[in-house]
Order: sequence, then C-alpha cells, then structure tokens
Amino acid sequence: MSFPWAKHYQPTSDLGKYMDSRLPLPRFVHGALGAGYPTPKNLNYFYNFGVLAGVALVVQIITGIILGMHYAANTTVAFDSVEHIMRDVSGGWMFRYMHAVGASFFFAVVYIHIFRGLYYGSFKPPREVLWMLGLVIFLLMMATAFMGYVLVWGQMSFWGAAVITGLFSALPIVGEAIQTWLLGGFAPDNATLNRFFSLHYLLPFVIFGVIILHIWALHIPGSNNPTGVDVKGPQDTVPFHPYYTAKDFFGLGVYLTIFAAVVFFAPNVLGEADNYIPANPLSTPAHIVPEWYFWPFYAILRAFTTDLFFIPAKLLGVLAMFAAILLLFFLPWLDTSPVRSNSYRPLNRILFWVFVAVCLVLGVCGGKPAEEPWVRLSQIFTAYYFAHFLIITPLVSRFEKTLPLPNSISEAVLAKYGKPSPAATAAGVGAAAPQPAE
Amino acid sequence: MVRLGALAVGLFFCIAVLWGAVQPRDAVPRDPIKEAHEHPEQIAWTHNGAGNLGVFGTFDRGQLQRGFQVYKEVCSACHSLNRVAFRDLAALGFTGPQIKAIAADYQVPSVDENGEAATRPATAADRLPLVYANETAARAAQNGALPPDLSLITKARPDGTNYLRSLLLGYRDKVPAGLTASPGLHYNPWFHSVFIAMPPPLVADDQVTYADGTKGTKDQYATDVSVFLTWAAEPKLEARKQIGVASILFLLIITGLGYLSYKKVWADIKGKGKSA
Repeated sequence: MSFPWAKHYQPTSDLGKYMDSRLPLPRFVHGALGAGYPTPKNLNYFYNFGVLAGVALVVQIITGIILGMHYAANTTVAFDSVEHIMRDVSGGWMFRYMHAVGASFFFAVVYIHIFRGLYYGSFKPPREVLWMLGLVIFLLMMATAFMGYVLVWGQMSFWGAAVITGLFSALPIVGEAIQTWLLGGFAPDNATLNRFFSLHYLLPFVIFGVIILHIWALHIPGSNNPTGVDVKGPQDTVPFHPYYTAKDFFGLGVYLTIFAAVVFFAPNVLGEADNYIPANPLSTPAHIVPEWYFWPFYAILRAFTTDLFFIPAKLLGVLAMFAAILLLFFLPWLDTSPVRSNSYRPLNRILFWVFVAVCLVLGVCGGKPAEEPWVRLSQIFTAYYFAHFLIITPLVSRFEKTLPLPNSISEAVLAKYGKPSPAATAAGVGAAAPQPAE
Repeated sequence: MVRLGALAVGLFFCIAVLWGAVQPRDAVPRDPIKEAHEHPEQIAWTHNGAGNLGVFGTFDRGQLQRGFQVYKEVCSACHSLNRVAFRDLAALGFTGPQIKAIAADYQVPSVDENGEAATRPATAADRLPLVYANETAARAAQNGALPPDLSLITKARPDGTNYLRSLLLGYRDKVPAGLTASPGLHYNPWFHSVFIAMPPPLVADDQVTYADGTKGTKDQYATDVSVFLTWAAEPKLEARKQIGVASILFLLIITGLGYLSYKKVWADIKGKGKSA
C-alpha cells in the first residue's frame, strides 16, 4: 500500500488463488500486518504498544461478551449478578478480574502509545489524521470505561455516574436538561443502567471500526520511527512479517505476564474498595474518585475553584477538562517544528519529560481528596498543562535549534552499531528554520 | 491563526486556574477524628503466603472452621452472610452430611401447603439467611444502626483483612481529649469515624469454646473470623493463585521462546549493522 518495494501477495495454493480472485482477504492481511507492509527497521520497544492496545481491546471484548451472558442490567439485581459471576459461574471470577484489570491495562498501554507519539512526533505531517483518529479512539475508550464501571452498580459506580453526568449540568441554560436526558431521569437509576449497558456493549465495536481506520491511515505514510526521518528506500525497512510479528509476539508475552500477575495475585489493587458496597442513593461515600486512568483529568476538573467574571468555577473546570483532551487535536498545527523526533530536539526533549512529570503529578492530585496541598498543586500543574501545549510548544517549535538529522534511517542504524556515519549533514538545522503556522 | 487562538485559550485557562491558586485558603481546623484514626495493624496471613506477598498461600482449613464458629456464635446475632451458600462451606473442609446438619439448624423463608408464608429448615443449596427481613427492621432493632452483610466486608474496606482484625480488637475505653462519644456509640480508632455503633463483640477470652481445642483468646477469635470472612469475600482465592502460578510459568516459557525467535529473525539485520 505504501512503498513501491512492498512485497506483493502471491497465493501459492489452489485455495489461495481461488479466494484471491473472489474475496482477497489474505491479500488484505498480507498488506496490513504481513510481509507486504514495509516497516522502518529501527523501531524500538515503544512501538510495540499499538499492537498491545489492539490485543487489550480484543481481551476486553471477549471477556466482556462472556460477562454479558451472566450479567443482569437492572438496579435491583446488577450488583448481585456480578457477585453471582464471581462465586457461581465457572471461571466467572477470572473473566471478571480480567475485564476489570484489563480496562486499566488498556489505558496504561494507550497512554504509553500516546506519549510515544508525542516524543517521536508521530502526530506531525503527514500523520495528522492518524493522530486524530487515535484521539477519537481515546475519547471512545473513556466513555466506554466510565459506563462499564457504572454497570457494577456499587457505591463508586453510582456516585461516579452522578458526578460525571452532573458535569453537564454546569453548562448554562441547557445543562440541567442535558443531564436529565443523559440519565433518563433526575438521578442515576434503572434507565441509566440500561442505557449504559447498551452503549457499553456497542462502543467497543465502534472503537474496533475506528481502529481499522487508524491502521488504514497508518499504512498510507507508513510507520514513523525513532529518528523521525522519512523512509528513503528499501534499505530503511523490513517487512512487518516476520520481523515485527516476532518482536510483537515477544512484547505481547511480556505484557501478558505482567497482566496475569495482577489478575491472579492482586486483582483489586487498582480498584476502589467502596465499589464492593452495593449502590446506595442515600449514602454518599467520603471520597468520590474515578478509576486511576481518569485522575489527571479529574484533577484539572477540580482545579478551578474561583469564578472568573461571570463564568462559574464549576463551568470553568468542565470546560478545562474537555479542552485538555480536545486541544490534542490541534497539536499538529501547534508544534510546527519540521523535526519530528525529540532525539534531535534538545530543548523540547526536556520539556517533554517535564510534561510527563506534570501529568503524573496531576494524576496523584486527582486521586487525593480535595484538600491542601493537593488543590493548589493541581492548580499550578493544570496551568502548566495548558501552557505546555498552547503557549510553550508553539514558541519552542519556532525558535528551537535542532540537532543535525541523520540522512536516513539506515545511516542512523549503522551509526548506532558503531560505524561512523558518512556525513551527518546540517539538513536538520536548515529544516528547522521558522515557518509560518498556516 | 491556530497559534494565536491557542495562545488566547491557553492564557485564559492559565489565568482562570492560577487566580484560584493565589486565593488565600481558609485555615483548616484541627480534625481530632483524623488525628485519632489508626491504620490497620499488619500481620502475616497464611493465605498471603511467603513474605505476605499474596502470590502463594492457602487458607488453613482448621482456622476457617474456627472463624465460621466465631461468626456463627458471635457475629451472626446481627450480621447476615447472605452471599454464601451452605454448599460453599465444603471449602472449609466440612463433609456433605456435616453441611446438611449445619444447614438444618437454620430456618429459611418458605411457603406451606396452603401457600401461606412459613419457614423450613435450610438445605445445602440455600444461602445463609438474612438476620432481619429488611433494613427498616434491622435499624429498628439496632437503635438506628444497620449491621452490614459481611459477605464482602473484607473487600469493601481498604486492607480489609487487617482492618477487620484491628477493628475487632480496637475498642478503647479512653476517648482522646476533644472527642466525646454520643450515646450508643463506642470509641474505636480503627473505624473511619472513630465512633462505631457496634458494641464490642469480643468481650472475654473464653467466649467461644473451639471444637478443635485451640485456646480461645480475643486475638485468636478476631484473627480466625477475619480469615473466615476473607474466604467468604473471595471464595476462589486458592484457585486464583494456583491458576496464576501456572499461567505465569506458561507465559514465561512462551515469552522466552518468543525472545529467542525474535533474536533469530532479526539476526541478519542486526548482524549486518554490526559487521558492516
């Protein structure tokens, strides 16, 4: 699909030839994940996480379908049906723990995948649409995970649903009506649980569809790589199969080993104890916290404590929380440096790691009760979060002196293995000259 | 344009959030409850295995049976265990006839031949019955407090097993200065609000006479019943760890083979780089 030297699919068996002239599915797979996809040969282990995310989704779908056979989406029995799965269904405890832990692992993998994209500039032209499709997947994942957490109908499920749908009530005029419409009532109840179950079952398949678009958009320009330099010729690539199928298999083994360790030895370590208490609309938990993967955004939501002019603090928090994600869609036009990889951007590389630290601190703040020092800490770091993307990144990408880029991927690989590079040109510096934003 | 818009939006959110950050904070008054609150005492549990890590370890059947006896003779006066069925007690090492005999001591709701509400002796298939018919009945009998069902109690509290043991042993007569117990509440620094409606359930060292001859102490009762309720909340704990160890071993072998094939597949590419 992408490069002229890509291996063409040659059916060998009679059945293969028969199918190829009728439904060329093997040809499609060959081009997408097989030997027909030339891939940069210098990808490091961080490039395993796309495949890991795909596997994590498949694990969620398979375990979820099995859980759905035993789960009852009705407020009177939902919690009991989960306990029925845990106690009476054969292997039910295993599928339920895999599904619950699997959600956390899916997010962990996707976060690493996103940060990898940030570090190596994978969102830059010509991969902007690929990046934005990934963000759509991320948004769908957040909606799916939130609704799935509600299905348990424990205390944190119920109060989480109340808090998150309550965010919409901050919108002026239409807010209350939107919240009522989302819940199907004035508080989380059976109508809420039913629609969340319906959507929780639907959205993973929507995610699956967007992933197909994401992979399609990946195959047009081909994968980015740690140098950020474009593929120049066949010497820069290896066929995806067997090179990256072998590497991904190994990476998948490591991932599944860690996953199994948590599922079997500490399945509740990532969850809240309060969610083992059945939902009680009359008793509010002392600390309502979402799952860990929402903590940075929860910290941003709660960081806005004072009204600004006529805008109430709650509305500011809600706008900021949504803006924190939506601004990522504009990143390809905010970071205009022609150098993709932070390996050749000394200043931006430091700022990247500062940003990672800021996200981690926001995560810690989001999991803590809304008291000092956590509130002030989340306020300072929220300010930095926005400043990073909206102020610092555009400026740095304009004025940064970048390092010389290697002429090609294969040259960089040779340099790494000890052979002096023939001519590290100043191409990178030249290319970093300021460019207008539009 | 994009960057100018971004600058405006960025400044807006930065100013809005930092405006909140520079506001003076109200002085936080000392919270005597928070200061009195204690974290659960950590002890080694057989079901947490070597190093108390939670990787290996099985329940001690004798301890589970003793814990069940404590639950039955003490806790079950007020607390139900409604997610556990009598048949599940086989995991404690009871035989079929023993389980039938245990179940027969309990009465469960039923209907008689005329369709009138009645009770009948429980069978192995029944769940341990509720103590009170509903929440209102429970609160009416318990001075307004609600004794929770204990089926999930060790998973519904952080560090549940240690918490439960500490709580059961944690009643103190001396209330710290600044705190006063309301009538009907008891001071227990391990409870989240440090005042608990439950009166001390374990009052004397020979309160329960163990069938297996183990010496009865308050510490022994609290430890045994905490293990029993850990089993009640997580009855598949042993199967989970066994499958876990087998899975990890399998995955390590597969991953090791995967690593070797990865190295073999890439040998020509990486080798070229090194030799060239």
